[in-house]
Amino acid sequence: MTGSIAAIGAGLAAIGAGLGIGRIGGSAMEGMARQPEAANKIQTAMLIAAAFVEAVSLFAVVVALLGNG
Amino acid sequence: MTPITNRFSAKNTVKAAIFFILSLITITQVMANEPEVATTNVTSDSVATASHEESKHEEKFNTSEVIMEHIADAHDWHLWGHTSFHLPVILYTDKGLEIFSSGKFDHGHAVHAGKYYNYKNVHEHIKIVDAAGNIDEAASSHVIDFSITKNVASLLVAFTFLLIIFISVANGYKKRGIAAPKGLGAWLEPIILFVRDDIARPNLGDQYHRFMPYLLTVFFFIWMNNVLGLVPFFPGGANVTGNIAVTLVLAVFTFILTNINGTKTYWSHVFTPHVPGWLYPLMIPVEIIGLFTKPFALMIRLFANITAGHILVLSLVCLIFIFKSMMVASVSVPFVIFISVIELLVAFIQAFIFTILSALYIGMALEKPHHENEHH
Repeated sequence: MTGSIAAIGAGLAAIGAGLGIGRIGGSAMEGMARQPEAANKIQTAMLIAAAFVEAVSLFAVVVALLGNG
Repeated sequence: MTPITNRFSAKNTVKAAIFFILSLITITQVMANEPEVATTNVTSDSVATASHEESKHEEKFNTSEVIMEHIADAHDWHLWGHTSFHLPVILYTDKGLEIFSSGKFDHGHAVHAGKYYNYKNVHEHIKIVDAAGNIDEAASSHVIDFSITKNVASLLVAFTFLLIIFISVANGYKKRGIAAPKGLGAWLEPIILFVRDDIARPNLGDQYHRFMPYLLTVFFFIWMNNVLGLVPFFPGGANVTGNIAVTLVLAVFTFILTNINGTKTYWSHVFTPHVPGWLYPLMIPVEIIGLFTKPFALMIRLFANITAGHILVLSLVCLIFIFKSMMVASVSVPFVIFISVIELLVAFIQAFIFTILSALYIGMALEKPHHENEHH
């Protein structure tokens, strides 16, 4: 039973990261479309922000893995 | 327009080559998994005499066990089929040093009689066993394992590759001076300039040259190990950057560099933050914890990203064995190729993220005192 609950946890983490990274990516796209000359800067900033969001969800995945035993 | 079309055809050739190499890699991944399934079947056959119910249980393909075995560290480096490199085992026991080949363990089946104790390899952890073959946990806890494991060996391989590449490039610059680089140098120069102009300069300002050696080393070390980890056969195949001990040491380097370079302003943000005095008992502990969470996040991010990538590829390959059908391979192998291509990108992005965040944290520590009117 513990295995399935850990899987639910990993799935919830994926939802959170999906929402976060989706928003970052969408906003970066909008920014780049408005100001193509700033595309490089926006891309770097986007990657850093995405890494922060991803880290939180990866914490959750690691906890889910540990919970899985 | 002609140069563009030329570039397009060159791009297509490169694409075709990459696709070919990746399909080759995935095929070898599938083949590398096959012998293991065969061995589980053999063992289950030998157990089958016990009882029918138990043998049925044994035959079930244990996905998580196979995956964990592939991403974990090991005492031998698998080559093909039943052939593997037996790496040396170096143990520091309370009675002295023991050095022997891991081949003596016969993949965990045999007990090796060393100079001082008898040893057994239990799931890649070396344990002391007594004469009856029982594991002596109390004695085992005093053994310090300094073995050259698969990860250590892979680290040395990556280290050798990096030395060969960078020494030859450096020699090229010595010979030709500041001319247009050739060969490997022409490939590396844009990447080094990328680290300098996109990572170091924007975050570290005018002091960037002091940290370039560290940032370049970290960047190429992580990238090389990530890419080697994606190669499923011999010189690669270890999960070095997906090992938390490796990422811990890298994060500790960044932590030390950040804090020994901390300016007065940086430390004043920690110990005298700009908040009302009654908040100090709350804010100072939070700021101190904040010093540690940054490298901690660096450690977990790299470890979890690389491990997750390996697990993903391995689970897709395992689908074939779960469904016990070759038809599944026609779906899962293209998926493995797709994920492998994404992982090549992730290998670069993770090296980039680790380096840029290290630069960012060091840059925060180098902060100069602001003027009073700049405060917010």
